[in-house]
Amino acid sequence: MRVREGFHRELRKEPHEGLHSLTGAYALDALPPDEHGAVDAHLARCAPCRDEVAGFSATADRLAAAVRTPAPRGMRESVLHGIDSVRQIPPHVPATARPVTSIFSRIRRSGSLLVAASLVAGAALAGVAAWQYRQSTESQRQARQAARQLEDLTSVMSAPDARTVRGRTTNGASTAVVASRQLGRAVFVGTGLPRPAPGRTYQLWYDDQGTMHPAGLLEHDGAVAIEGDIGNATALGLTVEPDGGSSRPTTTPLMLLALPG
Amino acid sequence: MRRVACGDKEAFTALYDAVVDTVFGIVLKIVRDRAQSEEVAQEVMIDLWRRATRYDPGKGSVHAWATMLAHRRAVDRVRSAEAAAHRDHDHAVRDRQRPYDDVAERVESRLQSQQVRRCMKQLTDIQRQAVTLAYYQGLTYREVAQTLGTPLPTVKTRMRDGLIRLRDCMGVTA
Ligand SMILES: [Zn+2]
Repeated sequence: MRVREGFHRELRKEPHEGLHSLTGAYALDALPPDEHGAVDAHLARCAPCRDEVAGFSATADRLAAAVRTPAPRGMRESVLHGIDSVRQIPPHVPATARPVTSIFSRIRRSGSLLVAASLVAGAALAGVAAWQYRQSTESQRQARQAARQLEDLTSVMSAPDARTVRGRTTNGASTAVVASRQLGRAVFVGTGLPRPAPGRTYQLWYDDQGTMHPAGLLEHDGAVAIEGDIGNATALGLTVEPDGGSSRPTTTPLMLLALPG
Repeated sequence: MRRVACGDKEAFTALYDAVVDTVFGIVLKIVRDRAQSEEVAQEVMIDLWRRATRYDPGKGSVHAWATMLAHRRAVDRVRSAEAAAHRDHDHAVRDRQRPYDDVAERVESRLQSQQVRRCMKQLTDIQRQAVTLAYYQGLTYREVAQTLGTPLPTVKTRMRDGLIRLRDCMGVTA
């Protein structure tokens, strides 16, 4: 403890003094997202602050335990049942190495799908996609998933009734949705989406008369086959959610794009 | 936890039983509405399963990790509900903005743990208020500063000083 305090005084002379004093507010989740992210980045480089936050988290844990309350009984079963359909995140695979964009390089190389190609051209993915393609080949499961995704994408994009609508998000990205009512499936393409803050993800939603149904997560630009059936959805929404997504939107949509009828 | 990360459902069941009451308790404290709290707590538990592979023992105990995820999600829920309610003039928001004494005293009187109560008493008024409003009410440090009529930098340092005192009083070793 002594040593740590001494080290802290040394660090105070450095420009990150401001971040340094935020460890308490950080551990209490009292910071707005931008400052929370700045502290996250600082913790990666500053061992004394990391130690301090670990101690604060353990302290906060006691505060939480002091208000523990018996959880509703039915919850246990629905959680244990629920996890059957929830896949665990693979360990140590960077979020950006998802196979989604690798599909682009494959579509692009095949050169056969004009619709896809024109959308891809706007998506400016070039070298990244090739790198991610190599990354994704590391895992057979991911490769199979990519193949399935590719099938989904091509079947929607080449469906006879496929129609495209374009829009813009409030944070400046341009978006397109290709939808086939016949197949009941749609593809979302985002271009210029800023990276979500650490611990956040983009989530898509089908809007069915005001009820939002989860329609998949995305981390960055690219095309994704939207999860689930279009059903009677009239619009596609996009929000920022905590990692892993939510069961319903918890933030104001960045986009609500009317789907082709 | 290694077994949970390998997809062992039995190990997850044990983890569930070990943390769920704390998870539900802290979510309920912040979200207040029971039905919504159940929803949030459920999301937290499923998230624990999903992210088990990313648990880093170097950052603390599994229990503390679960608590942290629960607190963060609960806070996200009330802050987004608050943003929506600013348009709807929702009752819950006005409820959150009641003056400090009312809210915080009720919280403190309900604290179950003797140790937490004892250690809370060793904080200065402003340290205790800053920690309580942020952790149990889910307020941001700006909101805490407004509620207490205290400058922002003061609130930040009081939160840190308060946690240091609590940590040392509880003999926490992380
Ligand atoms: Zn530091």
